[in-house]
Amino acid sequence: MERLRNGCRFRLGPRETLASKGLPITVRRRLDPVIQLDQVTKVFTSSSHSGVKAVDEVSFTVGETETLCIIGTSGSGKTTCMKMINRLLEPTSGDIQVGGESISSLDPILLRRRIGYVIQKGGLLPHLTVAKNIGLLCKLEGWTSNRIQERVSQLLELVNMPAKDYAHRYPSELSGGQQQRVGVARALALDPNYILMDEPFGALDPITREGLHEEFLRLKQEVGKTIVMVTHDLQEAFKLGDRIALMDCGKLVQIGTESDFHQNPANQFVKNFVKNHESNDQAKVQRAVIPGACPDQDEPLQVDEPLAKAARVFLQQDVSEWPVVDEEGRRIGKVTKESVLRHLC
Amino acid sequence: MKRILLLLIMLCQMAMAQETVTIGSKTFAESRILGEMMAQMLEAHTELKVVRRLGLGGTMVCFESVKSGQLDIYPEYTGTGYVTILKIKKKSNDPLQTYLRVKRSYEKRFDLTWLSPFGFNNTYVLAVRQEVAKRYSLSSISDLKNIDGKIKPGVSHEFLNRPDGFPGLRDAYGFHFPNVTGMEHGLAYQAIASGKIDLIDAFSTDGELLRYKLHPLRDDRQFFPPYYACPVVRQELLRAHPEVRTALERLGFVINDQTMQRLNYSVQEEKVPIPEAVSRFLQNNDLIEKTQIAEDDEERQDGFFAMMWQRRLKTLSLTRRHIYLAMASLFLAIGFGVPVGILITRYDSLAQPVLTISGIIQTIPSIALLAFMIPVPGLGLGVKSAICALFLYALLPIIRNTYTGIQEVDAQLLEAARGMGLTDRQLLTIVELPLATRTIMAGIRTSAVINVGVATLAAFIGAGGLGDPIVTGLQLNDTDLILAGAIPAALLAIVVDQLLGLIERILAPKGME
Repeated sequence: MERLRNGCRFRLGPRETLASKGLPITVRRRLDPVIQLDQVTKVFTSSSHSGVKAVDEVSFTVGETETLCIIGTSGSGKTTCMKMINRLLEPTSGDIQVGGESISSLDPILLRRRIGYVIQKGGLLPHLTVAKNIGLLCKLEGWTSNRIQERVSQLLELVNMPAKDYAHRYPSELSGGQQQRVGVARALALDPNYILMDEPFGALDPITREGLHEEFLRLKQEVGKTIVMVTHDLQEAFKLGDRIALMDCGKLVQIGTESDFHQNPANQFVKNFVKNHESNDQAKVQRAVIPGACPDQDEPLQVDEPLAKAARVFLQQDVSEWPVVDEEGRRIGKVTKESVLRHLC
Repeated sequence: MKRILLLLIMLCQMAMAQETVTIGSKTFAESRILGEMMAQMLEAHTELKVVRRLGLGGTMVCFESVKSGQLDIYPEYTGTGYVTILKIKKKSNDPLQTYLRVKRSYEKRFDLTWLSPFGFNNTYVLAVRQEVAKRYSLSSISDLKNIDGKIKPGVSHEFLNRPDGFPGLRDAYGFHFPNVTGMEHGLAYQAIASGKIDLIDAFSTDGELLRYKLHPLRDDRQFFPPYYACPVVRQELLRAHPEVRTALERLGFVINDQTMQRLNYSVQEEKVPIPEAVSRFLQNNDLIEKTQIAEDDEERQDGFFAMMWQRRLKTLSLTRRHIYLAMASLFLAIGFGVPVGILITRYDSLAQPVLTISGIIQTIPSIALLAFMIPVPGLGLGVKSAICALFLYALLPIIRNTYTGIQEVDAQLLEAARGMGLTDRQLLTIVELPLATRTIMAGIRTSAVINVGVATLAAFIGAGGLGDPIVTGLQLNDTDLILAGAIPAALLAIVVDQLLGLIERILAPKGME
């Protein structure tokens, strides 16, 4: 009981507790709880993980049009946690509500069709064209082919892939980033209110990932869905999530905004986790510099800027190299697309 | 009312069954000749309609068939009944004792009986060239003792080593012949004819004994077990039609070793069609009335291609039957194997047992599997048994490939599809089966080629197909006839494989390089 009360501080972030008492502190806007986990525990009984609590009494709430990123190391229970929301896994105890209904009373098939699902690499069916992948659920729902075609074009438009160029292609004919975008389009096919994303950008190279991040943020504005995303990349979580839930060994350690994590880390674990990720992800341009000849574009990069900024340069402009200056503004060399990629990976 | 109807149906069936008599034989020429001989006798002396199922594959197939009523009659050898069927360990060299023993046991245990022997004894003999026999005045094996080591024996490897072969013979007759050599039986006749060796072992009714003018030595100490050929008949048939016994008993002791040699010789070496050879023999012995011999449509022509051309219609109908056997069993195997393959991906604990059982079925020798089908009610001798056996053979590749094909579908992909909200059935039809198509088709292709091959063995249980000329050709020493079956069968296997390859390419999902 003592342990549980201690845990409470992290499980129910200070925001909810205080907000429910009418004393909002860090809340940016008041959100309706549309996905709600209440004391959810998952124990695997199969021989390999026998008896281990993969998810241990986790509670949190995701508000309407909010994006919650669940982050943690592998084995932290973040993916298990998410798969219980669309009943790919059944909780051992506890209750999950979606849109105010307890999902244990819903037909799993109907529930899943109300929740978009995106996985790493898109999870596209390799034997179906892009159009058929996106339109699959519409077809199963009995839409007319005209309506399906219209919807597919509309969704491809939304993810910046003109239907006339891509609709008839097979997934193997697309790049990783394009596959991922089709995966997102497919998840949106039945216009669900909720989307679950399982490491959607995990298998992509950093430059593509950077691009999809931008697109994701734009899309999020446009479609206004409630999103739960699992990731192992804290920078990604900070960038894409309205709030972040950090899990470790099945427990929810802290839930809050980026600034909560920086300013009020719940404990030493959170502090270390954030610090480790910063040092990992805050690689500087310095690392990728090739000293010597310096191209003459304007707006050179500075050696102590984050490497991600260099990646963005190559993403936004069709160039193969970019000048770099040192702290005093002296042109000392260049970065190339390849050198940036190599050091980001 | 219902009962009366049933009784009527049964009576009708009995009446119909009694009107025909089915005669079988094994595949080799001598057995076919005896089968044909009994058939012609029954046609001449009874009102029964005779159905010939000649050339069935071996002792077990014939015995199982006659035991289960698929056959009524077939010719068998006393020694074979004694050793192979009754499995009696005690050695019996007395012909009469052996005959009585098998007759009594068959009557008691199987409701089958042995009628009077045809007269000849097809057992091992030792044979020498006539001039050697004359020179040393040899008439029986005992005489060999006097010339121990003077002539050079060459016997088959098996005979050289079996205790009831040469070693036993040495002990029984007290000679040594240290200069004996082992050789291939097929080469022995030419070797003795050319004088390289002087003494060989042979079967007493081999046509070659005549052809090479060899002199068999009498087994005066009855060392070799007796193999007297007799009609083995279902007693039920004899009770219903005593005239069958009368007709067949007329064949008792009409054929001695030399007569049988001559019949074998004319069929195997002179290529006289069996019905003609038999009919001529029966007429000459006043066993049937002299008539014009039924003209045989198989007028032989010289040259392989001429024969193939002449057989074209026959080959076509055999091929049609062959395709029917192979494909009917294949479709049954697909209809059963694919669902079972799917089922064991759903209930994983079933997978190992099912795959093991279908694996074991595949290890059963084809002939044995065919023989097992005969006693099964509703199958019997012929097409149904063959299809059933081929079906069992075709199962493993289809079940295994369906199972593996579905198991190999990317687990991530399946979870993505399930997460989208596909039902189990939709997962199967939209995701798993299309992605497993290539693997499943590969299994079907394997099974199809196996079936086309194994279907040639269907001839052994009288199911026809391209195995017919192969089996007959093997027994009659007729290479052309063997090729007349083997070439179309091989071509058929290639065509089926290519055709299924084409279907595979059409069915295989796109976008999967």
